[in-house]
Amino acid sequence: MAQVWSNPDFQFVFWALVKILVILHAMLGVVSYVIYAERKIAGHMQARMGPNRVGPAGLLQPVADVLKLFFKEEFVPEGANKVIFHIAPMLAVIPALVTFAVVPFGPTDAFVVTDINVGLLLFLALSSLGVYSITLGGWSSNNKYALLGGLRSSAQMISYELAMGLSTIGVLLLSGSLSLVDIVKAQEHMWFVAFQPVAFGIFMITALAETNRAPFDLPEAEAELVAGFHTEYSSMKFGLFFLGEFANVLSICSIATTLFLGGWNGPWLPDSLKFLWFFAKLSALVFFFIWVRWTYPRLRYDQLMNLGWKVLLPLSLANILVTAVVLYWRHNG
Amino acid sequence: MIPILFVAFALIVVGCALMVILHRNPVTSALFLVLSFCGLAGLYVLLQAEFLAMVQVIVYAGAIMVLFLFVIMYLNLKRDREDGMPFVLRRGVGWAVGLVLLAEGALLMARRWAPGPIDLSLPPAIGNTAAIGQTLYSRYLFPFEVTSILLLVAMVGAVLIGRGRTQPPPGGTAR
Amino acid sequence: MSLPTVVPLSWYLALSATLFVIGVIGVLVRRNALIIFMSIELMLNAANLAFVAFAQHHKSLDGQIFVFFVMTVAAAEVAIGLAIIVNVFRLKETVYVDEINLLKG
Repeated sequence: MAQVWSNPDFQFVFWALVKILVILHAMLGVVSYVIYAERKIAGHMQARMGPNRVGPAGLLQPVADVLKLFFKEEFVPEGANKVIFHIAPMLAVIPALVTFAVVPFGPTDAFVVTDINVGLLLFLALSSLGVYSITLGGWSSNNKYALLGGLRSSAQMISYELAMGLSTIGVLLLSGSLSLVDIVKAQEHMWFVAFQPVAFGIFMITALAETNRAPFDLPEAEAELVAGFHTEYSSMKFGLFFLGEFANVLSICSIATTLFLGGWNGPWLPDSLKFLWFFAKLSALVFFFIWVRWTYPRLRYDQLMNLGWKVLLPLSLANILVTAVVLYWRHNG
Repeated sequence: MIPILFVAFALIVVGCALMVILHRNPVTSALFLVLSFCGLAGLYVLLQAEFLAMVQVIVYAGAIMVLFLFVIMYLNLKRDREDGMPFVLRRGVGWAVGLVLLAEGALLMARRWAPGPIDLSLPPAIGNTAAIGQTLYSRYLFPFEVTSILLLVAMVGAVLIGRGRTQPPPGGTAR
Repeated sequence: MSLPTVVPLSWYLALSATLFVIGVIGVLVRRNALIIFMSIELMLNAANLAFVAFAQHHKSLDGQIFVFFVMTVAAAEVAIGLAIIVNVFRLKETVYVDEINLLKG
C-alpha cells in the first residue's frame, strides 16, 4: 500500500481526482443556484417577486425543479436516431464542465486542477466542441423546427467563435503565455480590462452569442421556433440541456474573469481566501449576463450574422493590430 | 504510464477509424471520425506537441467535421443503401488491396528498418507554442503568407461554387 | 506483457500506417462521396501523425510546421470539396459516386 502511495504518478492522479471532485460538485451547485438567481433577478426586473414559495425566500426552488424534471415522462420521438438523441444532451454539459479543469480559482497549485501551458487554446477547443450538442440535438429529433433551430444555432456559434478567439489574442500579447495561471499572475498590478477594453467588450458580446443567450437566442426562440433545438426533449434530457446552457455561461464568465478581470487578484485578503475575489468577479459577470437577457430584444437572424461577421470580426482584428503596434513601440523605445 | 496512454489512444484512434468506414449511417461515421481526431490529439500531446494537439481539436474536430455534419444534414442523407453483385466484388477487391498494403507495412517494420526508441529528454524550456511561432514566422514566413492566400481563394471558391444558380427561376419568384 | 518505459518511434509509424491503410480501404470500398472524403481526411491525419512522430524523434520543429500547413490545406480542401458535392447533389439528387457517370462513354 505504501509502495503504491509513494509512486509520483499515482499521487498526481489521486490529487487531480480530488480536485476534480471538489470543483465539479461546487460548480454544479453554483449552476443550480445561478438558475434560481436568474429567476429572482428576472422577477425583480419585471416588478414582481421571483420564486418565493419553496423554502425560505424560494431557496429550495432548484431542488423542486430537479425533482419535477426527474418525474416527467421520458419519450423518444418516432423516427429519431435513438443513440444520438440520448448523447446530445450529455455533449451539452461535458465541454462546459471540462473548462473548469484549467481555470485557476486561487493563487496556489491547490486551486487549479491542472495548469497546462495551452490553457487558453483548450478553452477555445472546448467551445468548438460545444457546437455538436445543439447540431445533433436538433437533427436527431426528426422534427423540422428542431432541425432549423439546431442548424441556425450552430451557424451562429461557429460565426462568433472566430471573433471570440481573436479577441483573446490581445490578452495573449500582453501576458506572453497561453497558460491561464500565467495570465492571472500577469494581472497583479493592473487588470487587462484596462488595457483591452474593446477586446473585453467583444468577448462579452461573443460570449452571449456562444451560450445562445438573449439577445442572441433566436435558435431557442420561444415564440418563433416552438422551442428550437430542444423541442422534442423532455424530463432529464431537457434538464441536461438547461444545465449545460448555464454551465456554459458559468465557464465562459470564469474565463472572462481570468482573462480580463484579473482572476483571483484583489486587495486585503490572504492567499488562501483569494478565491473569494474570483467568485465575486464571476458573480458580477453572471449578473451582467442575466441583466442583458431581460433588457434587450432578440436580434433577428440576419442582423445576428451581420454583427458577427461584419462588425465584431474586423473589430477584433483591428484590436490585435493596435495592441501589437503599441507593444512594439513600447518595447523598442 | 506513457506507453499505457499510447496504447489507449491508439486503440481509440484505430477503433473509431474502422467504425468510420464500416458504419452505414453517414452521421455516425462523422461522429466516430470526430472521436478519432480527439484521440489523435491525445497522441500529439504524448509527442510533446501540445499546440498542435489543441489546433487539431479546434480545426479538425471543431470546424471541419462540423462542416461535414452540416452538409450531411442539409442533404438529408439516410442510411447507405448498397446492394448488388458489382458492389460485393468491388468490396472484396478493396479489402484485398488494403490487406496487401498492411502486409507490406508489417514486412517493413519487421526488417528493423524503422529507428529505435525515442530519446525522451526534457522538453525544451521555450515551450511548444513559442518555438513553433518563432520557426513559423522566420524560416517559414513565405509558405505562411502563401497559405493565407490559399485560404482566401478557397473561401471565395467555396462561396461561389456552393451558391448555385444566380438567375431567378423562370416565372418569377412568386410560387 | 511488459510495456517499455518509452514508446519507440516504430510504434507511432505502425499506427500511422494502420490509419492510412484504413483510409485507403475506405476510399476503395465505400460508394458514398462523403464517406470517401472522410477516409481521405483519415489518410491526411495518418501522414500528420508520422510527421509529428519524426519531429519529436529528430528534435526538430520542421515536422510540426508541416503538420500546421497540412491542416490548413485540408481545411481549404474540405470547404471546396463539400461545396462541389452539394452542387452535384443539386444536379443529380445523389451522392453515390457510381451514379455520377454522365461523362461515361
